[in-house]
Parts: sequence; C-alpha cells; structure tokens
Amino acid sequence: MFVLHGLLLEVAVMSAPLISLHRCCQRAAVLLVARRHWGSSSASPPSLVSRSLDFLARRFYDVEALLNWKSRIGKDQLRKKNFYYGYTHKLYGPDIASAYYILNLGGGFRFVGQSEWFRADSRGKFNWDFLNYKDTPVEEVDMSHTIINYVGLSNLERQPLRTLKVQGCPEVDDWFLAGLHKFQDSLEELDISHCPRITVGGLAALRNLRWLKHLNVSSLPRISSPGLVIILLEEMLPQCRITAHGYDLSQPQVGGEKPEERLEAEG
Amino acid sequence: MCAWRRLHRNVRTLRGCFTHGSLNCTAVTQWQPDRCGGLTFCQKLSTGGALRNDFLNELKAQMAAMKKKAADGLPSSNWMPFEINPNLPPETADIVIVGGGVMGWSIAYWLKQKEKFSKKMRVLVVERDPTYSQASTVLSAGGIRQQFSLLENIHLSLESADFMRNINEHLSVVNEDPVDLQFNQSGYLFLASEEVAHIMEQNYNTQRCAGAKVSLFSPQQVKEKFPWINTEGVALASYGLENEGWFDPWSLLNAFRRKAMSMGVIQCFGEVADFRHVKQVLMTKNGEQIDMKTIKSVKVQMLNSLEYQPVECALVVNAAGAFSGKLAKMVGIGLGPKDSLAGFSVPVEPRKRYVYVVHCPDGPGLDSPFLIDYSGVYFRREGLGGNYICGVSPEEAEEPDTSNLEVDHQFFEDKVWPKLANRVPAFEKLKVTSAWAGFYDYNTFDQNGIIGIHPLINNMYFATGFSGHGLQQSPAVGRAVAELILDGEFKTLDLSGLSFRRILTQEPMLEQNIV
Repeated sequence: MFVLHGLLLEVAVMSAPLISLHRCCQRAAVLLVARRHWGSSSASPPSLVSRSLDFLARRFYDVEALLNWKSRIGKDQLRKKNFYYGYTHKLYGPDIASAYYILNLGGGFRFVGQSEWFRADSRGKFNWDFLNYKDTPVEEVDMSHTIINYVGLSNLERQPLRTLKVQGCPEVDDWFLAGLHKFQDSLEELDISHCPRITVGGLAALRNLRWLKHLNVSSLPRISSPGLVIILLEEMLPQCRITAHGYDLSQPQVGGEKPEERLEAEG
Repeated sequence: MCAWRRLHRNVRTLRGCFTHGSLNCTAVTQWQPDRCGGLTFCQKLSTGGALRNDFLNELKAQMAAMKKKAADGLPSSNWMPFEINPNLPPETADIVIVGGGVMGWSIAYWLKQKEKFSKKMRVLVVERDPTYSQASTVLSAGGIRQQFSLLENIHLSLESADFMRNINEHLSVVNEDPVDLQFNQSGYLFLASEEVAHIMEQNYNTQRCAGAKVSLFSPQQVKEKFPWINTEGVALASYGLENEGWFDPWSLLNAFRRKAMSMGVIQCFGEVADFRHVKQVLMTKNGEQIDMKTIKSVKVQMLNSLEYQPVECALVVNAAGAFSGKLAKMVGIGLGPKDSLAGFSVPVEPRKRYVYVVHCPDGPGLDSPFLIDYSGVYFRREGLGGNYICGVSPEEAEEPDTSNLEVDHQFFEDKVWPKLANRVPAFEKLKVTSAWAGFYDYNTFDQNGIIGIHPLINNMYFATGFSGHGLQQSPAVGRAVAELILDGEFKTLDLSGLSFRRILTQEPMLEQNIV
C-alpha cells in the first residue's frame, strides 16, 4: 500500500482507477505523516507493531532502511502537498491558486460575497466550479484535519481571511501561529483545537490578531497548565471570546494556580 | 515493626532455601522471645553454617574472577597491562574544534552533515568545563531577533530561525525524543528616542529588504497595543512580527551535541594547553618578514590532572567564545611587533553581563515582547508565573571585573530598576528573586562576529566574537564555517564581510543599533 503511494507521487497525470486508490490512501497518509519515525512523542504507549518494528530496526540494517524510506516518503508527500502553487498562481491568479490549494488538501472555503462552501469530499473529489469565480478572494477557510503546515500557509497569503479553522491538524505548530500575522487585519475567527504540536509559546503569537473575536483552543495536549493559559489569553485578547473545552481544570496546576482563578476559568 | 520482621524472615528463609540446595545445613533460625515481648528470629551462635556460607560465596567470587581473567587473556578483549585513561582524546583527529558551546557543536554537526559519503572524517570537540557552569551559551537570555542593521547579521538570524523551525528535520535522532526548544514566538520591541529614530527607520528598510518581518509603530500605536508601556520619550518603535522571540539555549546545545555524537563526533573534556606548530618565513616586497604558521598538534590536558594527550590534527577551529583571544595568543597571534601583521591580536575578550530574574505580580501578560529601550535596558517574560528577566549593558567605563561570575546586586538598584520602572510603571513594585552573570565574547573592535581563517595561520578557523548574539546565529554560522572548511568558500550566505580582513585593514563593521 505504501509502495503504491510512493509511485503515485511520481505520476504527473493520474488516471481514473488510480485516483480512487490514491484518495483511499489519503486519510492513511495523514496518519502516516502524523506518526513520526523519530521517537515516541505521543502520549499513548507505542503499539505492538511499532515496538516490534523498533526492535527489528535496531538489529537489522534493512529494516532500518525500510523505516527510513517510509518516513521519507511521508515527509516528501507533506512537502509536495504544501508547495507554493506558483504555476497555478501565474496562470489563474492568487485567489484561484489559494482555492485550488485548499481543495487539494481536502479542506473547504467560501468566497467573499458567496454563501456556498466549496469542499472536497471524503474521497478527495471536488467540483471545478470554483474556476468561474475569478478575482474573488477567499473569506472563510476550513482546513480541519488536513496536513497544512507553515510552508502551506504561504499559499493563503493574499487572502483577507476572516475565518480559519485548523482543528486537529497534525502539522500546525507554533511557527504556523506566528505566521498568522499575515492575517492580522482581517482574521476574526480562529479554531486551533486538538492540534498536537501547539504550545504556550505559539499562543503568545496570537497577540498580533487584534480583530480576533472567536478563538477555540480546546484540547491542546501540550499545554501544561491550561487554566492559567486561558486566563492569560483572555487578558491578552480582551475583546475575543475564548472557547476552551476538554481540559481537566479540577487538578492542581503546575503554575501554582489559586482556587479562585480556577473557578474563574470554569465560569 | 511487624512488616520489618516479616521481611527479615523472608530474606532468611530465602537464604535458607539456597543453602539447602547446595549443602546440607541445618536450619539455623528459630523463634526466640525478644525484649519487647514479641517474637524475633535470632541466629544460633554456632559458626558451622556461617563459615560454610562464606566459603561458598568466596568460591563463587573466585570462579568469576578466574573466568574474567581467562576472557581478558583471549584476543578479543580490551585488556591492557597498563591503565589508560578512557577520557583521553584520540591521538589523531582531522578537525579539532576548541570550545564545546553551541557554536562549536553547531560547527561539528554541520561538518558531519555536509560530509555525506565519506564518513571517515574524525572531528573532535574539546570542552574544558563538563558542567558548562561558565559557558556563555547556557547563561544567555536566549533571544533571537532579526532587527540588526548589518545585512549579514539579518541573514544569519533569518537562516537560524529557519533552522529552528525545522529543527526536528535536522537534529532528530532515531529512537530518541524529538527536540523541543520551548520557543516563545513573542517578538522583539525596540524603542527609539528622537535622536536615533532616523537610524531605526533606515534599519527597518534594510530589514524589510532582507526579508525580516518587522513593522514600525508610532508611540500611540505602541500605547494601544501594549498599554502597560510608558511611551514618554519614545519617538518610534520597531516590532518583530515573526521569527523573533526566545528559546532554551541548553536544549539547542544538547540537540546539536546529541545529533553530532550520533554521527560520530568525538567529545573530549579537557583544556587546550598548547599548540605545536611549524613556521614558514616569507618575505614581502618591502623586505618585511612574515611568519606563516601551520598548527601540527594540539596539546589537550585532562581536567585537574597533569595527564595530557597531543592530538595531531589538520585543522583547528577556534570556537572558544569569551576565551578565544587567550587561545589565539597560544599560537602567537598578537605577540609580534605592534605595527606589523603579527601584532594584530584577536580582539575578543570576556565581558561580564548581569541578568536579574524579578517577580512582579501585576506585570505585562502573555503578550509582552522582548522589550529593549533606547537607554539599553531590556526585559522579557519568563514562564507564566509573573517572572521576568532583565538587565542592561554597562557603560564602557564601568565594565565589571571578569575574573569571576559574581553578581553585583547594587548594579540592579542603580542602573536597571530606575530605567525599567520608568518604562514600565508596573515594575515599580517588584522583587528580585534570582540573578546570574555570564560572559559575552565581546569583540572590542566592532562587536560583530569574526568568521574565517586567520591570515597568518594556515589552518586555524575562527568563529567567535559575536558579542551577545552568538547563540541566535549559531546554526547559520556553523553551516558557513563547515562550507568554508569543506568547500573552501561560502555557499549559502556570503559572510566574507565578517572575515579577519576588516580587522587588519581597521575598517569596523559597526552595528548602527541602539543596543
């Protein structure tokens, strides 16, 4: 399955039977990329398969080479998906290029002035009608559960985004949040919940988004004292409504939080 | 007490089981009433069983020792008749990097990284302090910024930020945890007064052209964005939007070290005591005599010991930080007559800088950037608990003594606190919780790094003199030095402006910055 996946990347024009197979593998690709070969950073204990692969990789050069190859394919795919779509930009303009990028990764968007959303379905197919809307910038973007990363953000640069949803994206990290300063004049709603790589250092970068009205920071696993962080975020962005579910605020925090502050966060 | 007795009983019974298997010995334990009224085990005072126990153990130990001696005698063992200190460096190495700070390890990593196919290059990193207690790397405030006035500095910082963004692609080791730099993306905020506002504008244009994401703010905008700042006297402010902030220097150092050692770099804890070199005398057109030296071996002395190992090497890299000037003197740089080429010493010396950790409950929150005032005072947030790190660069005339790393707390009261409280009124009520001092590898010539080969020594490369911004430029400088060594020229960034030439021609490349 992974060998086929590697070959597909080399084929420039994808034929119909291969497309469906490719889209089948797309969800698997997100997992492949998300599972890092370099060590166990995830909270869950490694499965039997990964432990046995590690054991074999320590003893046999060919197993180690196979695992390296697998992770390199994943990284290559990530890179290729997030390239700057310069060719499309030259042919169709920045708005269509951004739209094509979003649909290619499996997300959805809405043009300025339109009310319908253009989305890629679960198999990766999408409607090419968006080509009709030339020179219409994109206003709302939903890229939840895709492999968008910092480099891919450059594809959305010139759009006056008002809403950006990147819930559950495994490649969204602190540098991505710092890169959001490009949308500081327009962004009003941001959803970064369930992103496993965001830490407090990245949340400090959100101070640039002065028009932000809705922020969703639920279930960020790498935040150590969520109650304190939520309070600091509220202080930093006073006119923004912050949604933060999925945290166990009843436990005593590392930051030495007092009981009154805890109640405030829950209320 | 009961549990202890039970444990004791279990141990005795176990030992009884073992001895039963080998020797026929009678049960040596029996219940005896003790002083407290309970029952304890006591051993009978007969020596028969005990001696037999000891004999058996001794026999076992002797068998094991004989087995070990036999195994050592076989050809595949490491046994030597005389003891060798395992901490000694190898007798020969291709490249010796003097200095195990972030710069030295960055160079070591890039050397190994660039040498893809012939992994036979032996790189040795010599560091004299295994605890890194006085190293500038770990005592640094850990900030990274692109707000410089020299193009080279801006590019170095940008490339280093790129490196840190993809640090796991570069420095991850198989089966080890990923690198976590704890990077705070908070940006730097520089405040300028009327006199220097035009310099700041010029710098802003240079930075923008070079690709740094910086923006200029008027005092009103600063007040809007950061209401806790007192904007009195501020004419212009420059704010970094991206790729600026601070991180944990120890994590970066360890990441470089771990990756370099996994690629085969050898680490040695010892002090470089001497260099052995050969001299080649050349005559210039004017009849002046110039001595070209080639270093043949480095004498590495073990810590707290007279033992030393001369390491024969092809190249030496001087990444010794604050002590690079002293190291260069060992080779004879700067010891010639004053007006000749040999009279130019490496203008790097240690300068002590204090960093104070203060706690202020009402201070700026999560959005506080690394603030640098035009008076030179700076502060940044540390953690989430209302702690801040602050300090100021002292005047030239009042440089503290560099023989130790003692902190002068009066300095905080006199120089730091008044200016800090003036700029941020919330800091009028604060408490100093901790302080430390560290050395800058201060370049007395123009406060910018010296990268490149020395004209009088054939094989000594320098990467020092960064005067406080070595940490933030270390990944890019490491790559540049590796390119210089392996390819002979700079490939990605052209840093020829930072070479020794400017020192010999006495043309300083000064930063037109306010700090």
